[in-house]
Amino acid sequence: MNKSRRSFLKTAGISAFALSSGIAEPANEAYAKLAPGRYTRGETALTAKRWAMVVLTREFKTPQDYEPLIKACHSAHNVPDIAGRQNIKWLWLDAYAHVFPDDMNSHLDEYTRAASYPLLCNHCSNPPCVRVCPTQATYKMEDGIVAMDYHRCIGCRFCMAGCPYGARSFNFMDPRPHLANPAPNPTFPTRMSGVVEKCTFCAERLAVGRFPACVEASDGRLLFGDLENPSSDVRKALANNYSIRRKPSIGTQPGVYYII
Amino acid sequence: MLEKLLTAQKRYYVWLLFLLCVITGCGLVYLQQLREGLTVTGMNRDVSWGLYISQFTYFVGVAASAVMLVLPAYFHHYKQFKRMIIFGEFMAVAAVIMCALFIVVDLGQPQRMLNVMLHPTPNSVMFYDMLVLIGYLGLNIVIGWTTLEAERLDTDPPKWVNPLIYISIIWAFSIHTVTAFLYAGIPGRHYWLTAIMAARFLSSAFCSGPSILLLLLLIVRRLTSFEPGGEAVKTLTTIIVYAMCVNVFFYLLEIFTVFYSQIPVHEEPILFLFAGHDGQLSWVSYWMWVAVGMAFLSLILLIPPQWRTNPTLLPVALVMLVAATWIDKGLGLLIGGFTPNMFETVTPYMPTGREIAVALGVYAVGALVLSLLWKIALSVKKDVNAFSD
Repeated sequence: MNKSRRSFLKTAGISAFALSSGIAEPANEAYAKLAPGRYTRGETALTAKRWAMVVLTREFKTPQDYEPLIKACHSAHNVPDIAGRQNIKWLWLDAYAHVFPDDMNSHLDEYTRAASYPLLCNHCSNPPCVRVCPTQATYKMEDGIVAMDYHRCIGCRFCMAGCPYGARSFNFMDPRPHLANPAPNPTFPTRMSGVVEKCTFCAERLAVGRFPACVEASDGRLLFGDLENPSSDVRKALANNYSIRRKPSIGTQPGVYYII
Repeated sequence: MLEKLLTAQKRYYVWLLFLLCVITGCGLVYLQQLREGLTVTGMNRDVSWGLYISQFTYFVGVAASAVMLVLPAYFHHYKQFKRMIIFGEFMAVAAVIMCALFIVVDLGQPQRMLNVMLHPTPNSVMFYDMLVLIGYLGLNIVIGWTTLEAERLDTDPPKWVNPLIYISIIWAFSIHTVTAFLYAGIPGRHYWLTAIMAARFLSSAFCSGPSILLLLLLIVRRLTSFEPGGEAVKTLTTIIVYAMCVNVFFYLLEIFTVFYSQIPVHEEPILFLFAGHDGQLSWVSYWMWVAVGMAFLSLILLIPPQWRTNPTLLPVALVMLVAATWIDKGLGLLIGGFTPNMFETVTPYMPTGREIAVALGVYAVGALVLSLLWKIALSVKKDVNAFSD
């Protein structure tokens, strides 16, 4: 009895100190931003009606040209390096036949066939992963980004069965031992065992006025912008070039375009 | 009625003890999975569901199959089923509990599973699956217990239970339909994206579930001299034969559409299941061909009435039928759905020893629940002289 009273007073005292001294300020601020209906974007945030990406594949000559992009992404998001098939991938490369299996023909020109293409979450307009998630741990934001709440995810992996692009990874094990210590980016959360993760289109960077890590590392070879804005880079590139998307026939409306 | 559990033969308690030992042993493996993560399983980035979810699917079917006794008994007043109906209902209870456990052991963060209720998501089929399974569990516990109590007291069951029974009949169809919708609505999984999935699930459930029930009742008859009734067994076997014919027919419909249309992405999963990849048979291919063989053999033994009434041939045919449907739904369904993967390449999957151990633990829990409930039912039947004709 005595002990719990003492610990109550202690907690109350520390809380009062924290509130009056401003230590609790960041916590209050985070709550205000997350509370429904009271969310406002920061003044420097980049905004769009529908974020989209265009990959200028011909500007990348070798698979090595993509390496800095992958490195930038994986270190910005503390993506662990796990060997084997229980690995985590946010941005990775594969061959034409695997990226665009519907478009494959036996006489495709050698260059297109042999090249590597970057793969990431397509941030679909009509995402099956969001449709199937039983807890809304994966959800669509108003700017078209398909986001994840790692703390709500129960790890049922229905989204992985649902995603037609294999864009999602599950943490089969604790990812932290597979990261450098300290983690490459202390401002982005590391994940725990048993949750699903994927590319976020760098929503956390857009919120502070920065382009996605891969776009920044691409020297203008990845375009990123508002698909609803006719004067955006992505719209101009799409207007002037022939572009394709992955598995267009299943109606998911991917937000990643490839100019071949 | 729980006191019935206290008066049993020694071998019954030895059996319970054996199950408890299995549950403990396998439970320790599950604890290891909790600590290390699902990395202890054979699942991977491309084959992200495996043995656990396939067993869940199979046992939803077993649970739903109780309706093959309840429907004739209550809609058609087929009295011969009345004596064994309770065993079907209690088997459904055990099966739903197994389903729930198979989902729990498959979750990466099981302690968060109530998020499904805290954040109800009507666009997710899994949300409805949870609802219908909980509802079905409740219905069968209430109906089974109340009707058994009435039998013990030699009265009619209370009137309020009748609407519940009619609801449970519709409900049984719903649980397996919703489970099929988990698969059949996913774009890009070609093996699953077929409107006949729910119909296939139901037909496979309605032959395999009653077969398991009948096999277990034959064992019970040998152990306790409980007589399910010759006429009832004959009728149930007929139901099993029709359901299995429909099940095989539905699979052949699938084969026709896939191979006559010759759409590669639809052909590939079935080709992988039966012929492997790159000229190399996969381990699952052997199982699939065994399933085909057993499916047809069981039909050959079950279709002629003089064979399916033969007391030696019947159990053999039922075992083959259960094995065939289990391989189709308990292995082929999941592996075919994930192979080839989303990049049109093949990622192999094979359950690990620890994964199989955890699944066996869930089986043992099901067997324990079933043993407890059936013991109560058998004791009540013995007391009121409803043990044999």
